[in-house]
Parts: sequence; C-alpha cells; structure tokens
Amino acid sequence: MKLRTAFLAPAAVLTAVTLVAPLGIVAVYSFLTRGAYGGVEFPWTIENYTRLWDPLYGAILWRSVWIAAVSTALCLLLGFPLALFIARSGARKNLYLSLVILPFWTSYLIRTYAWMSILRDTGLVNTILRSVGLIHEPLPLLYNNGAVILGLVYGFLPFMVLPLYATLERLDKSLFEAAADLGARPWDTLLRVTLPLCAPGIRAGAILVFVPCLGTYLTSDLLGGSKTVLIGNLVQDQFTASADWPFGAAASLALMAMATVLLFAARRRGEELL
Amino acid sequence: MTPLLELRGLSKDFATHRAVANVSLEIPRGAFFSLLGPSGCGKTTVLRMIAGFETPTLGEIWLNGARIDSLPPYQRNVNTVFQSYALFPHLTVQDNVEFGLRRKGVADAEARVRTVLDQVRLEGKASRMPSELSGGERQRVALARSLVLAPDVLLLDEPLSALDPLLRKQVRGELKDLQRSVGVTFLFVTHDQEEALSMSDQIAVMNAGAVEQVGTAREVYCRPRTKFVASFLGAMNWIDGAGVRPEAVRLSNAGPGRKATVGGSSYLGSVMHVEAKIDGGESVTAQVVPGSTFQPGQSVYVSWNAEDEVRF
Repeated sequence: MKLRTAFLAPAAVLTAVTLVAPLGIVAVYSFLTRGAYGGVEFPWTIENYTRLWDPLYGAILWRSVWIAAVSTALCLLLGFPLALFIARSGARKNLYLSLVILPFWTSYLIRTYAWMSILRDTGLVNTILRSVGLIHEPLPLLYNNGAVILGLVYGFLPFMVLPLYATLERLDKSLFEAAADLGARPWDTLLRVTLPLCAPGIRAGAILVFVPCLGTYLTSDLLGGSKTVLIGNLVQDQFTASADWPFGAAASLALMAMATVLLFAARRRGEELL
Repeated sequence: MTPLLELRGLSKDFATHRAVANVSLEIPRGAFFSLLGPSGCGKTTVLRMIAGFETPTLGEIWLNGARIDSLPPYQRNVNTVFQSYALFPHLTVQDNVEFGLRRKGVADAEARVRTVLDQVRLEGKASRMPSELSGGERQRVALARSLVLAPDVLLLDEPLSALDPLLRKQVRGELKDLQRSVGVTFLFVTHDQEEALSMSDQIAVMNAGAVEQVGTAREVYCRPRTKFVASFLGAMNWIDGAGVRPEAVRLSNAGPGRKATVGGSSYLGSVMHVEAKIDGGESVTAQVVPGSTFQPGQSVYVSWNAEDEVRF
C-alpha cells in the first residue's frame, strides 16, 4: 500500500498543480469582471455566462461541434480499413504501425503550415492544376471549413487508428473464419462480426479524436482563417486580443462542460468511460 | 458407391515446411471418421483445407461429386466446430445458431433453431450470451450452430480438448449418439487415441504430414501397418524387432518362455503393469490382473503367442 502511494505521488502532485489548480483559477475568473488591460477585477458576476447565449456565440459553438463530428466520422471512415489492414498484415504490422506514428516526429504546427503551402492560391495543388490547364483561376482551397476538416482529419487520424488496431488485434481470428464457414460473405462478416466486435475501439477512437477537435484553435486559425472561428479561437482571442479573461474563462468551461456531456452520452450503460 | 468426401493427393506447403504431403482419403457418407496424429502432423491443416481456410498447394478435394478446393468457405456445404468454438461473443445463443440460416435466407429459421437446440439439450438457454455458459454448453452451441445448416460433412477440430477430463469422457458418448441420430458425416480431428478409438467408424492415422494407415479402430490397433502406428496407439513392447502389446504378454513362475527378472510394477486400478527385464535382453511391460504378487527381483518367465506379434 505504501509503495502504491509512493508510485502514485509524482503523477498526483503534477496533476494537482498543473490541472486541478489552474482549472480552479479558471472557474473563479469566469465569475469575475473584466480588468481594464486584461486580468480580472471584482465584483462577482454571472454576466460572462449569460453573454454566451448570444446567437453569435451559439453559431460558433454549433460550428465547433459539427466540424469535430464530421472530422471524427471521416477519421473512422479512413481509419477503420487502415487498422484492419495493419492488424492483418502479419510480420509487417510493426512497420505499418510506426508509419502511422511517424508524422508525430514533426511538429503539428509545421505540418499545418505545410498544408497551407499545399492549399493556398499559389500552392502545390493550384499550381499543378493550372499548369496542366484544368483550371484558369485558382480554386479556393484554403480558409474554409473544408480546409479545417482536412487538417483535423490529417492530424488526428493516428488517434483513431491506434485504438481500432488494438481492438482488432485482440479478436480471435477464428471468429472471422467461423463467419465465413457459416456462409457469410466478406461484407457480411465485416458488418455483422468485425464492426460490432470493434465497438470498444470505435468508441475510444471517437473520443480521442472528437474531444481535441472540439477544442482546436491552431488548425482553424491557420487553415480556416477569419471565416472559420471555432470555440477554441474564441477562447484564445479573449485571453489575447480582446483582453477579456473572465469571458474567455466562461467560454472554456462551457466547452469542457459540453465535451463531458457528450462523453457521457456516448458511454454505454454500465460501461466505463473509454 | 462413390465416397461423400474425397481427398486426392492433397499437399500443403508453408513458408518453412511441408505440412501435408500427398494425402488421399475417401470418407463414406454417414461415417464417423477420425484423423488421428500427434500435434504438428498436419491433421488440422487437412481439415482447414476442406473448410476452405487454406488453399492446397497440390491435389483436389471432391464433395458430393463436385470439386470444391477453389471455392471460398461460404460456398462449401461443410461446417466447422472450432477448437475454441469461436462463438460470436456479441450474439445470444439464438443469434449464434441463427447466423448461418440468416445468411442463407432460410424462411423457418426460428423453428429450426428450436429443433437443434432441443437436440443438443440447450432448450431454455436461447437468450443467454456465450459468456454466461459453461464449457460443455458452449461446445454444444458450436455443434448446434453448424448442425442446423445440415452440412454434408461436419468438421470437428479437437472439439473436446477445451473440456475438463471428466466431462470429456461423457461428451464422447453424447457426440457419437448425436452423430448417429442426425446422420451427418463427421470428420473428427484429434491427437487423443482413446477418443479416436472409442468413437470412430474409421481412423486415418497421420504422421509428419502423411497418412500412415486407414482402418477401423480394431484394425489400426491390432494390425498396425507401420511402426509409428503401432507405437502411437496404445503401449507396445519391442522385443527383438517384434511388437507385443502389454496385454498379450504373460508372466509365469514356471516356463515356458524367456527367463526374466521383475523390476517395478504400477497399479492402474482395473489392471496392473509389471516391468520385467529379459535376461540379456529388453525390458518388457506385462499387463496382469491387479492383486498379482510379483516382487522386485523375482525370477519369472515371459511369454506370448506368436500371432500377437507385429513385425515390420
């Protein structure tokens, strides 16, 4: 028991100092008044929360949710076949897995900049399309919702693939043979055996992708521009340009509350989270 | 009459070795046919080629007069009972058994499931999940799931090995009775010679990828054609190159026979095994009635009838 406590202590202290305490500060700030040059002042107020009901912010919130949802769905659509392929590639498994993780060796910021240089009017795609004569005016590939979703799917795909792979890898191979043996064609086996048995991995992957997508600000800032403000950008802006810390604190807590509600909604009855 | 299932010169090469080498077998309709051999002898690979999970490197598989070796598993009218049973863990017993019928679009699926669950004594368990069943019950669900499709041949891959030893003996009898009552041809893979001997109409003994002998239980036990078959099925003494079963060896205080000295003895309940070393020769195990008094160091005579010898 003592050893257990000793082992747990560093992580517990780190979590308390860097997560619980700041969260407490954010919660307190969200009920205070905006200072003249940033910071916070008394008196206490709930005005920061009532302001969130403004339709302007509702639109931002709604856009954040659907962009995160579409990105998660696309990650699943792309990630499931990939995970299935890796789980069934025998001795090459480890090679393919390391390829999935390889992008992490480069900073996410740099990879997002790379997408900008691919997508912009004078970027790779438009240059090629123009030089072969397919288009005369550049296609508006950058600074829209589609570019944000592309960036998110690209960035978070590994977080979907890895839990899916882990689940598929653990399944008894004879289950798929049994399905074929009982007359199921490959598509039938996929829909009636593989997918249902993969449900825990799908849930874990969806959570790992959806939650960070919901709070993203870098991707939407660089690839979405000023037209695609998400709740993450709203929060960032309050703490920087707008210098309205209490409202930023309230918005970030609202984001957390929403993520928590969605997580519990996704949880199946009687099952643990993740 | 043509056999129901025929294997012609079947071989399977894996990257490193030849698992099955030129196996030819004829399995008659309605038979309880066993493939018996030590682990790694290729018996499971033969089964998997018939099911369609492995493609033969050479040879042909004929079922009911049609060649099936290039068909996918879902187009072959054979079904498999897996060693691990491979029940779908997310489906109830009912849905597991119904799975194949639904794939075939059978109309009266529910009635058929009820009938087959009765046959394997699982009535009342239809709504259970596999995780809520005992090992014996799971095995019967696996049987029901395959039998409900009325396959030409039911392939069984060591289906008793996951059961505890006591249950295993009881299930042997039940399995044989079930096979007789449903009339389906069983192809049973096992490494357990007692299992094979007690249930099979015919046994193919396999070793190192090849079939060594095919025959009834009595034939392979009493008239083994190779030294491997003689040694693999039951105990065998080797005396001057001739094989003699312990139950054929007699021990007596007076001759005739070869002079020998008693070593140890082991009491096995219904019988007793006595070790005796022939003077200037091999050690011999003799099966005697329990309660016989042979003391270590005692001089005895060892004898047997010439017709009980096997020679190669």
